[in-house]
Amino acid sequence: MAAALRPVRRGVNGAAGLAYAGLGAPILGGLAVTGAAAFGYLPALGQTHASLAPWRRLFAEPGLAASLALTVSVGVLATALSLTLAFALLARGRAALPTPLLAAPHSAVAVGLAFLLAPSGWIVRLFSPWATGFHAPPDWATVGDPWGLSLTLGLIVKETPFLIAIGAAALGDLPAPAQLQAARALGHRPARAWGLVIAPQLYARVRWPVYAVLAYGLSVVDMALVLAPSHPAPLSLIALHWLTSPDLADLAPGEAAALLQAGLVVATLALWRLAERAAAFALVRLAATGRRSGAADALAPVLAGLARATLALGLAALAALALWAVAWRWPFPRAWPESLSLQLIAAQAPLLAAPLANTLALAGVSAGASLALAIAWLEGEDRIGRRAGSALIFAPLLAPQIAFLFGVETLAFRLRFDGGFPAVAWAHGLFVFPYVWLTLSGPWRGLDPRYARAASALGRGKLATLLLVKLPMLAAPLALAFAVGVAVSVAQYLPTLFVGGGRVATLTTEALALASGGDRRLQGVVSLAQTLVPLVVYAAAAGVAARWGRKA
Amino acid sequence: MGAQSVNEALIVERATLAVAGRVLMRDVSFRVEAGERLAIMGPSGSGKSSLLAYIGGHLDRAFAASGQVFVGEREVTDLAPERRRIGVMFQDDLLFPHLDVGANLAFGLDAAVRGRAARRTRVAEALAEAGLVGFAGRDPATLSGGQRQRVALMRSLLSAPQALLLDEPFGKLDSELRAGMRRFVFDHAARASLPVVIVTHDPADAQAAGGRTLTLKGDERP
Repeated sequence: MAAALRPVRRGVNGAAGLAYAGLGAPILGGLAVTGAAAFGYLPALGQTHASLAPWRRLFAEPGLAASLALTVSVGVLATALSLTLAFALLARGRAALPTPLLAAPHSAVAVGLAFLLAPSGWIVRLFSPWATGFHAPPDWATVGDPWGLSLTLGLIVKETPFLIAIGAAALGDLPAPAQLQAARALGHRPARAWGLVIAPQLYARVRWPVYAVLAYGLSVVDMALVLAPSHPAPLSLIALHWLTSPDLADLAPGEAAALLQAGLVVATLALWRLAERAAAFALVRLAATGRRSGAADALAPVLAGLARATLALGLAALAALALWAVAWRWPFPRAWPESLSLQLIAAQAPLLAAPLANTLALAGVSAGASLALAIAWLEGEDRIGRRAGSALIFAPLLAPQIAFLFGVETLAFRLRFDGGFPAVAWAHGLFVFPYVWLTLSGPWRGLDPRYARAASALGRGKLATLLLVKLPMLAAPLALAFAVGVAVSVAQYLPTLFVGGGRVATLTTEALALASGGDRRLQGVVSLAQTLVPLVVYAAAAGVAARWGRKA
Repeated sequence: MGAQSVNEALIVERATLAVAGRVLMRDVSFRVEAGERLAIMGPSGSGKSSLLAYIGGHLDRAFAASGQVFVGEREVTDLAPERRRIGVMFQDDLLFPHLDVGANLAFGLDAAVRGRAARRTRVAEALAEAGLVGFAGRDPATLSGGQRQRVALMRSLLSAPQALLLDEPFGKLDSELRAGMRRFVFDHAARASLPVVIVTHDPADAQAAGGRTLTLKGDERP
């Protein structure tokens, strides 16, 4: 009798399991608590009877329909335009990555953009009074406009660089130059060929990050606190307002709004998927007409120019932060401060020391632990010889933070795990780990397995192979993954606010606490510090990559 | 295929190619009449494929080139590749993976063929000529290497080129498939009465091409 066939290797990927449990439990638990609370089940307040009262209160909120329309239009418009601009630049060939914009937290970009766009902002100052005649700031709603355009623009400025970075990495996996040559040999012009041949394949590879951008734009809180209109406010801010209200009667309607937010994200993602199908169908039809139209080639440079202008606007916003941080006197309508000084920074330094320390510690712990877990996961895959499913990695990026984090805080409170540093670090990890994993998994899986085989053939054990061969060869992506993790952690607002119970102050919570106030110089100092932390880590990662990166 | 069109010669005059200060070839000239074939041979690094890329307009920016390329009276030297009307078959078939076989062919098919019904008919005819009846709806990934290469040739011919360049097109095929594929390609090119330039390192290809052979020595020092 023949021996039964056995798999060569077997086992389970413990690290992947741990990651799923660590990510999944809080999200599912948090959503469950939110769902129950939205129907009035709040045992902590002694309310244990299901009721529709929270929903009645929510739907009685004046202007709710306008809020929903605003929320959807901001999220969809920002995502569609960011994607268009990112693809327009990618189609033009290699684009330099705007690292400062990748590193800067969303809220810092929002504050900087407000410094540019506000009626008393840099742009109006540049044209005043010589062109506009203004000696006092005009009465314009350029920030927080009722259509959410400034919020949309803020999202575009921050998400376009992200999609360029993701897209550039994915483009490397496609035989794009050869396919473009083939399309041009058939008589198609370059931009049209790119749009019909490369764009659909590239989109298929960046789909999930695009969904993450869409979900973020639909439920954005940090940028909205700076740039969104207040009447009507986006749904996320209505939920935040109620959830952080001192009146406990607001809690259940807040949870209802949070659950509605989750439903809105699910519904919009479903519609986006339908639009995707329709676009794919239309593109195939268009390709099959065989028309060699030049329209795309006329439009492409315009779009690429807009994309460059968007990136320039973002960099100008960061420059505005830096300038306000050192501006001593800067009366309207001067285009440049009357005097510069480091006095305010020096005066604020002692007050910022504690938030800075918290920021650094949270970023170091969450990014470090996420990196270790991602390494364990990917090394586990190599040892078992099988890849763990990774679709669920995106769950924390798709579920709106506001919909489950308050529930997480409630659970953590029950388990007596709330309010402390470890709980907040874990909450950061929920969002840091997916980005760290996504940054590392491509290069890790792309490493030629023969190096490791050669090492084991030379008598090295698995641990020695990992430490002496794989990790050194992957030094550059490891450093980049850590830097990405730090940037994600530094930017976190709701996880710090909710899970920290308002007691853990970071640069980001300070920056947003100041957002409603008027002191631009103070906002500039905090937002600048918030930007410099990830930027320094990115620069260090670039240094590591240059020093120890694999020679191609 | 394109039997009604009167094709002209492909002419290369004094082509000189250099990369990174190294001259690959100097003053290469030839003329390939409609329906005629020229095989270009030479060791790796001699610039065979670069010469083909130069003719088709696909040369990488790292190269420096001088010379002239004509299709009949029409000079194409400075035209973008999409305006030269010179078809190319690469070593890889480069069928677009997100389009089915029929859409790949329709993408190539001359836009002068108007109307969906007419275009479908033309695509179906091309598939029949390639022995691939009913393949229009297939995902290219489900085809064998030889089938894919035949689709790639039909796609190229449907774009109504005035010359055809073959860049080691059989290099990735099994040896038993190669002879049949060669005959298929050359027969179709001859029927379309196209001037053909084939780059190869396989003497059998050159012999089957039945025309002249140009051998590049490679590594000319200035």
